[in-house]
Amino acid sequence: MTARRAGLVACTTCCKVHHPGEATCLRCGSPLHSRDPAGLQNVWAWWIAGLIMYIPANIYPMLRTASLGHETQNTIIGGVFELIAYNSYGVALIVFIASVIIPVGKFVAIAFLALSINRASILSARARLHLYEVVEFIGRWSMLDVFVVAILSALVQFEFVANVHPGIAAVSFALSVAFTMLSAQSFDPRLIWDTDEADPT
Amino acid sequence: MDVDGLIACPACDALHYVVDVPNNAQASCHRCEEVLFAPKPDAMTRVVMLAATALILMITAVFFPFLDLSAGGFEQRSSVLDAITAFSDGLLLPLSFAVAALIVILPALRLIAILYAIGPMMIGYAPARHATAAFRFAQVLRPWSMAEIFIVGVAVALVKVGGLATVAIGPAFWAFVALVVVTTLNDTVMCRLTIWKTLEDRSRY
Repeated sequence: MTARRAGLVACTTCCKVHHPGEATCLRCGSPLHSRDPAGLQNVWAWWIAGLIMYIPANIYPMLRTASLGHETQNTIIGGVFELIAYNSYGVALIVFIASVIIPVGKFVAIAFLALSINRASILSARARLHLYEVVEFIGRWSMLDVFVVAILSALVQFEFVANVHPGIAAVSFALSVAFTMLSAQSFDPRLIWDTDEADPT
Repeated sequence: MDVDGLIACPACDALHYVVDVPNNAQASCHRCEEVLFAPKPDAMTRVVMLAATALILMITAVFFPFLDLSAGGFEQRSSVLDAITAFSDGLLLPLSFAVAALIVILPALRLIAILYAIGPMMIGYAPARHATAAFRFAQVLRPWSMAEIFIVGVAVALVKVGGLATVAIGPAFWAFVALVVVTTLNDTVMCRLTIWKTLEDRSRY
């Protein structure tokens, strides 16, 4: 039995159950919605905003390194290749996962979850909830590359010998990560279960 | 229908009767297996102490140098503050604010909110005014506190400059590592639902 089927409204912040008609939770004060009517729209809006920001993040340089008079620019992928050139395969893999695999995987996963609502899905509801939890947990880690750029720019300031400056892609990448986090947060996982007819109780 | 004895799973909306869960035990949702209750003994004291520790570590981490870099006769000491202000030229200024918010301001606000919501209940009995709002705020901030990601970022940056300069790790780096450990401990000790119930029970008087 779910709160919705029982004609009740549950708070997703503190789990308290209310009679319909309450606008905010009596225990914690969060806004109450049986299912947020604008929820899926918000998911898609943030998703699209994140995708748009992800394009310049990959085209423009993330880092500008000036060393003894000549300047090199590095995009996200370029940074990974540079690490491979230094033979630091482990770190290259971490950066590749954090700034390529996770963002792309997140776009695919959120789109899949949003599209699978009200439709027969190849994955069970439980598997989709796990997927959602993974997306929520791991999405923040994409911010890694932005922090690396910040640290490098602060550290490497040796006048003519070596100089590192952040590129414009750092801004769009940070925005892209923030937007996809908001997209994942707008998704109400309870929607996954509403079409699940095999309700055991 | 009496709704006070019921709770609904936040992940799948399944209804459950509230039962007393013993310390160190866990109660999960019967439908989606989301953990609902996981109370720990002395949780309140532990949460407050860990949050206070984390706040002190945070102050150390921000102001002491965290890396010391030398190359070609130059030496550069950087604190977290320097990393934050690295973006401060022109177009990238908003990014400075974002980095400051994610690694220092939001984690610190979250700790203060937790202390405010739970501290008075640990010492005395009744929670402070607006304690529920403070605890809700702490819950909202959780995904946006990224101190642990920053630590991994430092490690990656070290490898990147490794070929270019010699690097020594400063005291603030270790403060940050300790901060991450303490915050993680805090999150495992803190059972949200137990705290919400206690807040509700004690603010009635």
